[in-house]
Amino acid sequence: MSNEWTPRIVAFFCNWCTYTASDLAGVSRLKYPSNARIIRVMCSGRIDPQFILEALAKGADGVLIGGCHPNDCHYVEGNYKMLRRFRLLHRMLKDMGIETERVRLEWISAAEGEKLKTVMFDMVDKVRKLGPLSLPGKFKDWDKEMDTLEHAVEAQQGREVAHAH
Amino acid sequence: MPTKPKIGIYWCASCGGCEETVVDLAEDILGVVEKVDIVFWPVAMDFKKHDVEALPDKSLAATLLNGAIRSSEQEEMAHMLRRKSQLLVAYGSCAHTGGIPGLSNQFSREHMLRYVYEETPTISNDQKIRPQLKFQEQGREVCLPELRHVVRALDQVVEVDYYIPGCPPTPRITQAALGAILEGKLPPKGSVLAPDIALCNECPRKDTKPTNVAFAEFKRPHQKLLDPALCFLAQGVICMGPSTRCGCEAQCTKGNMPCTGCFGGTGRVRDQGAKMLSSLCSNIEPRDEEGIDQVLAGIPDPVGTFYRYGLAKSLLRRKVDLPIS
Repeated sequence: MSNEWTPRIVAFFCNWCTYTASDLAGVSRLKYPSNARIIRVMCSGRIDPQFILEALAKGADGVLIGGCHPNDCHYVEGNYKMLRRFRLLHRMLKDMGIETERVRLEWISAAEGEKLKTVMFDMVDKVRKLGPLSLPGKFKDWDKEMDTLEHAVEAQQGREVAHAH
Repeated sequence: MPTKPKIGIYWCASCGGCEETVVDLAEDILGVVEKVDIVFWPVAMDFKKHDVEALPDKSLAATLLNGAIRSSEQEEMAHMLRRKSQLLVAYGSCAHTGGIPGLSNQFSREHMLRYVYEETPTISNDQKIRPQLKFQEQGREVCLPELRHVVRALDQVVEVDYYIPGCPPTPRITQAALGAILEGKLPPKGSVLAPDIALCNECPRKDTKPTNVAFAEFKRPHQKLLDPALCFLAQGVICMGPSTRCGCEAQCTKGNMPCTGCFGGTGRVRDQGAKMLSSLCSNIEPRDEEGIDQVLAGIPDPVGTFYRYGLAKSLLRRKVDLPIS
């Protein structure tokens, strides 16, 4: 095994289309990268933006969302709900300094095993070029500034004691 | 005579509004003072830091600390008051979730200092002088606290026992919380001392909340004559009520202004902004990207709208590509 970094991607796939497509890709023996941890949800409309942010905050380098094509949602409206959230979430992620390529929404039907493969390759390729997001590491780095307090207080108390003598 | 429990009130990065709420208890503050000894309250009383430092650890029954933590001095005080208090209570939005100061987690420290000391239209500072952490004055070294790169809520710095939400908290929930502390009738540690239901529950406009809302456009409060009785969401105005904890007696919506979310999310909400974005966007009318974007253009600043008081405690905490040195 090589030690080269590869992206960690969390994929939320809808039960009726994209998850079935990944099954199809499997039984068709299509090869696609193993970077994605697939989470099956009943509908792309079930994917709360909190899930996406939490995945990133806990160490995902990218999040892929797969749902049914427009007009094909098993629950009629779910994929539109996801699309609307996604449009604003994208803008918000950009404002928060996260490259929008890291979060991607794709419509992949149950018959499109080949498309799933293409999207997986493309997503992994794009995120690899962006490099690690590593938010857990960033959070730790941000909080290092609080370590300095103890030293500063000790130093100042030392000075005050010296001054008193 | 048995000694009365000792209470401390302290402020960090805050505007003073939380202190004002304590004063707004009006005559009721006499009832509080009857039951407790306030041993530290820099805004109102002349006790110094060394007075508290001289007390044994855990000798304060409770400290209400308001304000976010964004400087080395505030950090130091938070640690000190944690040591001296049996209960440390994060009082108000800033201590609870970062509050308005938390919004500066969108900018670097350099960006802020440059703007405040050099670029603000009302400042004249040709020599571009900035505060220094240390300088020599008559052979003595004078120090200033250091501004941190990241604004933090109180529980991101020290352990917190309870939270009293609000910008500012209302006198009523303050009094209820103080009562609970004094009588020892407290919920499990870590609780927010306010009801765990969305604001809509106590909003007088509740009955006009549409079950099926479809947003064709978003208007900000200044762009529209607001109907004083109709649910804001039905008027196409963003109201954070559905994802915000109640307990404020719906003061804003009663005053014909939509909720901006100062009480933070309910216990089931992990990220108030994302939750609100989710609920709001799902109900946009158009189904095509172009139409959706057009409606969303009515929300020019999603971070400032959805995380007005909660950016520091949100899942992302801070704009992720900012420097820390």
